[in-house]
Amino acid sequence: MFFYLIRRIAYGIPIALAVGFVCFMLVQIAPGDPINAIVPPDAPGDVVEQVRRDYGLDKPLPVQFGLWLLKVVQGDLGRSLASGRPVWSDLSSAIGNTLMLATCASLLGFILGCLLGGLAGTFRGSWIDRAAVTLAVGGVSVPHYWLGMVMVVIFSVQLNWLPAMGAGPGGSADWAWDWEHIKHLVLPTVTLCVIPMGIVTRTVRGIVAEIMNQEFVTALRGKGLTRSGVFLHVVKNAAPTALAVMGLQLGYLMGGSILVETVFSWPGTGLLLNNAIFQRDLPVLQGTILVLAMFFVILNLLVDLMQTALDPRIKRG
Amino acid sequence: MANSATTPSAAEAELAVQARQAAESSTGYWAGVWKRVRRDPVTIFCASILLLMLLAIVFAPLIAPHDPYQGSMLRRLRAIGTPNYVLGTDELGRDMLTRLLYGGRLSWFMGITPVALAFVIGTVLGVLAGYTGGKTNMAIMRVTDVFYAFPSVLLAVAISGALGAGIMNAILALTLVFIPPIIRVAETVTTGVRNLDFVDAARASGANAFTIVRVHVLGNVLGPIFVYATSLISVSMILASGLSFLGLGTKPPEPEWGLMLNTLRTAIYVQPWVAVLPGACIFITSICFNLVSDGLRQAMDVKG
Repeated sequence: MFFYLIRRIAYGIPIALAVGFVCFMLVQIAPGDPINAIVPPDAPGDVVEQVRRDYGLDKPLPVQFGLWLLKVVQGDLGRSLASGRPVWSDLSSAIGNTLMLATCASLLGFILGCLLGGLAGTFRGSWIDRAAVTLAVGGVSVPHYWLGMVMVVIFSVQLNWLPAMGAGPGGSADWAWDWEHIKHLVLPTVTLCVIPMGIVTRTVRGIVAEIMNQEFVTALRGKGLTRSGVFLHVVKNAAPTALAVMGLQLGYLMGGSILVETVFSWPGTGLLLNNAIFQRDLPVLQGTILVLAMFFVILNLLVDLMQTALDPRIKRG
Repeated sequence: MANSATTPSAAEAELAVQARQAAESSTGYWAGVWKRVRRDPVTIFCASILLLMLLAIVFAPLIAPHDPYQGSMLRRLRAIGTPNYVLGTDELGRDMLTRLLYGGRLSWFMGITPVALAFVIGTVLGVLAGYTGGKTNMAIMRVTDVFYAFPSVLLAVAISGALGAGIMNAILALTLVFIPPIIRVAETVTTGVRNLDFVDAARASGANAFTIVRVHVLGNVLGPIFVYATSLISVSMILASGLSFLGLGTKPPEPEWGLMLNTLRTAIYVQPWVAVLPGACIFITSICFNLVSDGLRQAMDVKG
């Protein structure tokens, strides 16, 4: 197990480096001189040259990448063009909010998905199965930004039950787990959870149906085990895959919540990205993408390790 | 199939099997697929909806009741069911039905083009990686791994965000998002086919690599890759409209479902049901593509 761990981490390092390179290239593929991403457009010529030298932008691309990487490793993601503040200072609070939203949504999606998928897999071909499959297809086909708008129309505009935007009275600064704040989290969470719900439902339905057809289940039944006893065995066999799917979904939601955050003005990375795109604030764009992608790489690694730890049948090699 | 009351002898069963095989080979593979699709009401229903939508957006200039760009401040945000404006009007007083019809053109174009491009590029690279193996395989698959390390929405937003708004930039970004998964599927099925006996036989009989790939490999891998690609159209429609929704795809006043949804967000308190119409169009298209893709997968008997 220890050697597997080392090998898996060693394999992750080139991936992380390459992801960093893609993020580095984002500023390079942007139209215009990358220097425009650092200095304001009205800066005098000699200042531009000075900055170009300071940032090493007169050096060849691989050297630039090395210099950039050195800074990033030290936690320096550059400064925002729009606000002048270090990118990390805005990013750190935004990431917490996105993580909270994504965690809640993937947990809710996971619970609903396991419930629906488990029922569908057990009662295959029944109306429960058909309903669950319909919900699952709907969940993965719905444009979630639109679903968010529909939620706002129903629960904020028509019924006036829940707030349509923001993260509570004090913005995101003083988050607390009381109803005044949680009610801002409800609509974005429900909106975002339909994607993992759909995917988890499909996965769990498939696994449960497959396991139920296996001989050991028949043997357990023949042995006289009760329904719940058999169920426990099925859960044990389905859990590693289902958990792995959920782990990856958390990562997808971290990166994919940008549209939902925009709809609900949720102060997370999505809103930060949206503003960065709007103001063409490339350092913020680059920094946010880099951090989210790295989060996804690490999550992938953790999911892999967890799956190996939970399921002894997966070969460690 | 055979449900005769008497149990047939072994010889009779053998004959029946042969007859069935002959019957199936004479109708051909695609006829069999079509026969199975025809018996699947959900697929037929969804395909009909998609066909109707396609006809409606292609012939939009003929059937649209108004001009898609001509608005009037006097008739802003009319409700659904207003005479002469069946689906109401938008925030600039333009007819919603007209704009939805015209908007479908860009939404469909931006949703399908990336998948089509990625299908061609991804298949070429994936088959190359799968058939040649070795170092070529390593190089292609490791680069694919890197793009897999990004959540798809994030990658699309990152690339089109860096390139700036524009239809072509959005299509380029989405194409890059869909190439890696298609490469993976193509590589997997090609590796599976490469080791089959008939490929060995072809090689032994002196066929060169190009001929083997063209005749023996492509015929066996295109089906599964195609089915997989159709399942991506649904995601692609959602993402393409999503990019426009973020202001990264189409620019106003061009009608496009995602962009319309974005500009109508301000009207959500005045005419909520008009404001959500473009999203409903995206949803219907996306779910139909998903179900048709599922139907195709079953009819073509593709696993995975």
